[in-house]
Amino acid sequence: MEPVATPFFFYFLSGLTLLSGVLVITRKNPVHSALALILGLLAQAGLYLMLYAPFVAGVQIILYAGGIMVLFLFVIMLVNIERSQKEEQFNKQWLVGILSAGALGGLFVLVYTKGSGLFPAVMSLPVENNNTQQVGELLYGQYMFAFEIASLLLLVAIIGAVVMAKKRI
Amino acid sequence: MLDYITSYLGMNTTPGQAGNVFWAVVYILVVFGGVSVAVIAMNWLERKALAHFQIRLGPMRVGPHGLLQPIADAVKLLTKEDIIPHEADRFVFWIAPLIILCASFTVYIVIPFGPTHAITDLNIGILFMLGVSSLSVLGVVMAGWASNSHYPLIGSLRSSAQMISYEIAMGMAVVTAILMTSLNKSGTGTLSMIGIVQAQQQQQIWFLFKFFPLGFISFAIFAIAMVAETNRAPFDLPEAESELTAGFHTEYSGLRWSLFMLGEYTAMIAVSSIAVTLWLGGWLRPFPNTLTGETWDLVFSLIPGFTFLGLAVIAFIGVKRMPKHPYFKIQTAGLAGFGAVLGLIGILLFIPPVRDRIQDIFWFVAKVAVFMYLYIWYRATFPRYRFDQLMKVGWKVLLPIAIGVLIVTAILGVVL
Amino acid sequence: MVPITTLHYLVTAAALFVLGVIGVLTRRNVVIVLMSIELILNAVNLNLVAFSRLWGLHGQVFAIFVITDAAAEAAVGLGILIAFFRNKETINVDEVDLLKW
Repeated sequence: MEPVATPFFFYFLSGLTLLSGVLVITRKNPVHSALALILGLLAQAGLYLMLYAPFVAGVQIILYAGGIMVLFLFVIMLVNIERSQKEEQFNKQWLVGILSAGALGGLFVLVYTKGSGLFPAVMSLPVENNNTQQVGELLYGQYMFAFEIASLLLLVAIIGAVVMAKKRI
Repeated sequence: MLDYITSYLGMNTTPGQAGNVFWAVVYILVVFGGVSVAVIAMNWLERKALAHFQIRLGPMRVGPHGLLQPIADAVKLLTKEDIIPHEADRFVFWIAPLIILCASFTVYIVIPFGPTHAITDLNIGILFMLGVSSLSVLGVVMAGWASNSHYPLIGSLRSSAQMISYEIAMGMAVVTAILMTSLNKSGTGTLSMIGIVQAQQQQQIWFLFKFFPLGFISFAIFAIAMVAETNRAPFDLPEAESELTAGFHTEYSGLRWSLFMLGEYTAMIAVSSIAVTLWLGGWLRPFPNTLTGETWDLVFSLIPGFTFLGLAVIAFIGVKRMPKHPYFKIQTAGLAGFGAVLGLIGILLFIPPVRDRIQDIFWFVAKVAVFMYLYIWYRATFPRYRFDQLMKVGWKVLLPIAIGVLIVTAILGVVL
Repeated sequence: MVPITTLHYLVTAAALFVLGVIGVLTRRNVVIVLMSIELILNAVNLNLVAFSRLWGLHGQVFAIFVITDAAAEAAVGLGILIAFFRNKETINVDEVDLLKW
């Protein structure tokens, strides 16, 4: 099936992602930031679909937008105190922060203009419809050890979060 | 332009796969209209069936046997005052029902009504459906938060905790069914919804009966988890009136509340169609290989027509039993007209070209309708779970059984 | 219009990364700092998946691992936040200074 209107969808989705990034770092109300982040995550899932990675897009929607952001919203509801919304939102080192982020941005621009010939610009990988099967074969074959370590990591994270957040006896 | 429209009619795929935007939009509108009609019918059926379970009559006045009651409800809800609580977060208050509604409706893109009757066929279909239906938890959390009042907050916390707990058991049961699709010659399964039903067709067995009782247990886990996922009885503590004054949608009035109800019924139909596709054989007719042959095909293809004729007969029996008072003339005429429309549809479904095309859609919709009736039956019969009992069932009972069934299915699939 | 190349995706990922870094360095609310960290991880994921389009599926597997780790880290970070909030009733990063002299 031929891809349809690729430039339009790319600019729309990446514009939505960047807009949501700007909204996350500038909103006063953390709930609005969380909503903007959800929008950005969904737009990013669209970008993954454009890059012919449907399984990663599905995982992003289920885990990130449907799991991690629910966790964030729960915690925002638990710790939200009214006075935090009426105070300033940027900390004392904001100028240094923006300058160093600008330096990082300049570094990125330098790297991308100098090194843009190192990788092929036109993507011409043949598209098949067994992406999930191939990712599964890699995950359970070549990367089995990393898979088990990741599950152990999740177990440690669950135990740690439960221990830290439970009530004192 | 005209060839763009007619070129699809010769093809044998879904509009999404053919890349045909016009027919995709047509299918989307048809599905949207069908789901809206189904929600309205579900609303009426729930009130009538609950009433008959409780030995009373239910709405009888508005139309003949209350058939126009949902329309009256809609008019009432549309004309109510739109109240926004004091110091509520207006933007989040506005967007919460929209998120639930959009998440519930987006799922319908991949639901297969037939081998080519779907809006599209993503090759990660079931993953997409699970993911998008888990986005409605966000809407619930935001609805409770934005109402700025403690009943909705507690209700939304409980409701969202319940939903994310039962999502896990649902996911494990779904993985068990997907595992069964890979038991074919080439050894690879598929995540696409149409592919799952075609795998059942190939293996000549509904996954409900495969490796009996494993398929049945995973279907039962999914059936219980889907009732909890949509916050319906007996898991409806977060929205029961006697417990929490309607939970997370307490402060919503008028049109916004009707959006919540629409989202809830839509989610019910969506998860029921997942269950039908994965375990009950989707659009396949019952007994596809024990009762084969031309005659049995003909018999089963006459069932849609007979169903509608049966409904028309019930409507006419109702007409006979109407009171012979002049006050009831309009209702009697209305019921007779409704019966006539049903009879016409039934006769229409006997014409051979229509009969062949309508088979798949009819069996799919019939199976989903059975699930809808089961939902109402559960609500009438079972007492409500207390919240800690609910969480205990989700984590300590359903999840271990689901994981156990998954492991045993995997072992049997390799060994057998 | 110029066709969409790999560089377009990389520039988007870089811009998202810079936005995340600004969020981490300049905001006061701890929850928003954690959300900016999620933005950074997402930018890295986009980079990985864009390159996996050219050179095989290993990038996508790595992206899945990054998402898993982001979930674990968000859970632990928010647990620390709740534990701290219980002690000091504040969510300003400026006031997390119990170890200062």
